[in-house]
Amino acid sequence: MTVLVLMEDNEPSRQALTLARKFGEPRSLRMDAVQPFAPDALAAALAVTADDLNVSAVFAAGTDRGNEVMARLAARTGLPFAANCIAATPGDPVQVTRQRWGGSLLEDARLHSPRPLITVAAHTVPADSGAPPVEVDVKAPDEADLIVRVSDHVAPANGGVSLTTAKVIVSGGRGVGSKEGFAIIEELASLLGAAVGCSRAVTSAGWRPHTDQVGQTGTKVAPEVYIACGISGATQHMAGLKGAKRIVAINSDPQAPLMLNADYTVTGDLKEIVPAISAEIRKQK
Amino acid sequence: MRIAVCIKRVPITGGRILLTDDARAINTQHLGFTMSPHEECGVEEAVRLIEANQGDSVVLTLGPPEAVEQLRDAMALGIDRAIHIQTDGQEWDAEASAAALLEAIRADEAANGPFDIIFLGNESADSGGFQVGIRIAYALGRPCVTGLKKVTIDGSSVRCEQEVEGGRDVYVVPLPAVLTVKEGLNLPRYPSVPGKMRARSKPIVVSNPSRPAPRLELVRLAVPAGQGRRAESLGNGAAAAPAVVQVLQKAGLL
Repeated sequence: MTVLVLMEDNEPSRQALTLARKFGEPRSLRMDAVQPFAPDALAAALAVTADDLNVSAVFAAGTDRGNEVMARLAARTGLPFAANCIAATPGDPVQVTRQRWGGSLLEDARLHSPRPLITVAAHTVPADSGAPPVEVDVKAPDEADLIVRVSDHVAPANGGVSLTTAKVIVSGGRGVGSKEGFAIIEELASLLGAAVGCSRAVTSAGWRPHTDQVGQTGTKVAPEVYIACGISGATQHMAGLKGAKRIVAINSDPQAPLMLNADYTVTGDLKEIVPAISAEIRKQK
Repeated sequence: MRIAVCIKRVPITGGRILLTDDARAINTQHLGFTMSPHEECGVEEAVRLIEANQGDSVVLTLGPPEAVEQLRDAMALGIDRAIHIQTDGQEWDAEASAAALLEAIRADEAANGPFDIIFLGNESADSGGFQVGIRIAYALGRPCVTGLKKVTIDGSSVRCEQEVEGGRDVYVVPLPAVLTVKEGLNLPRYPSVPGKMRARSKPIVVSNPSRPAPRLELVRLAVPAGQGRRAESLGNGAAAAPAVVQVLQKAGLL
């Protein structure tokens, strides 16, 4: 049996390949086979190739693009689609385990489908280290499948340290108290060359822009150290922190979920503690 | 202009998720409910577009009778009327959800003309299927752009900005279109007291279709094991500052 994998040159694609190999001998269709990006054209190419090769399943990485193209393939072919799986076992039905709530909950499910369409949640299975699969050719797309295509690109607005690539993030929650309260967070971040983050409560209150929000509906981060100041640690926020190596939590409530899920905790008033950390760094410089 | 927005009632999970005894649902006994965060921004955008262009706005949901709360919340922000496809509380999979919403949209369009834009969240907060909007768009034969952080109407087309690594990709598609949005598209307003009063008398059309057999069939849920972090206390108050700096030094960051 042959299995088709939508691939990019990245880790999540090689992780998807690991699960795909359980369903057959992989062939790959490249995400950049249609340029500029046109998701309907890619879905059309996957549908045609899947039929031509009579593949047992189609896989992609559970990235924004992977999920989007697979959902279009599902809509086009009238098949069910299981997004963000962390395990999949061939059979009828196919058994999958998939993420809900941004990974805060797992679901065991049966996928009843003649051709399973599955994306693999990023960083949940090891990457395939074998030889890359043989690539399939893609015919010139139909005009109708190019109506939705990228026509321009806008560079990011702010020049600050990016949350996604930051080595250190100093993040504030409801406990910071106000927009002005973030001055001490920004001061510490600037001393550390860190990015400033925040929780959803903070963006909803209008204290910080949404681009600073860490969490399930914000940015997922992977810093060396994440310093959480006055953040309770709702599942919405924790879903964005799974990649953080070390978490330092500062909170007046020692029972706050984030205090229980941190590596290091400081109990007390962040308005005293954060400036004291800044002062200590200055003293040692 | 006619705008539709699809929303989903989800629990506010707080710090720790507890499951029901059969592990097939979240135990919501002590939880509040809201609409998915992305969809709050869809509602706000729909209200702003109708404020600027006049017309008709409709909020749709597939959910239990209690989901009327979220429909009223949307109408309190300025949506004109609601369509409630009622379930008995059982979850519908993404395929069945899309089919039921599609049928309701088609019925409304047959009576009142096509929607210029149908907004949905990019994915629901709970089941996260990433597909309902795309399925509706394909069935209607309309363009669909996903994951949007900015939407600008320009005559008979719409300019869409999608967040990607290193900036935003831009798409320009003709109307009518289906647009799936993400939180950050706008900052949703709070409902006003008069808005809440008006919402009480706005019309809601209710239907009760039966649930088709799911092809993605939930068997059981599980809370994943923790990440094995063992919180080590560095102390209390400002006196703990040197210990925090030591942690940063050990990590090679100072």
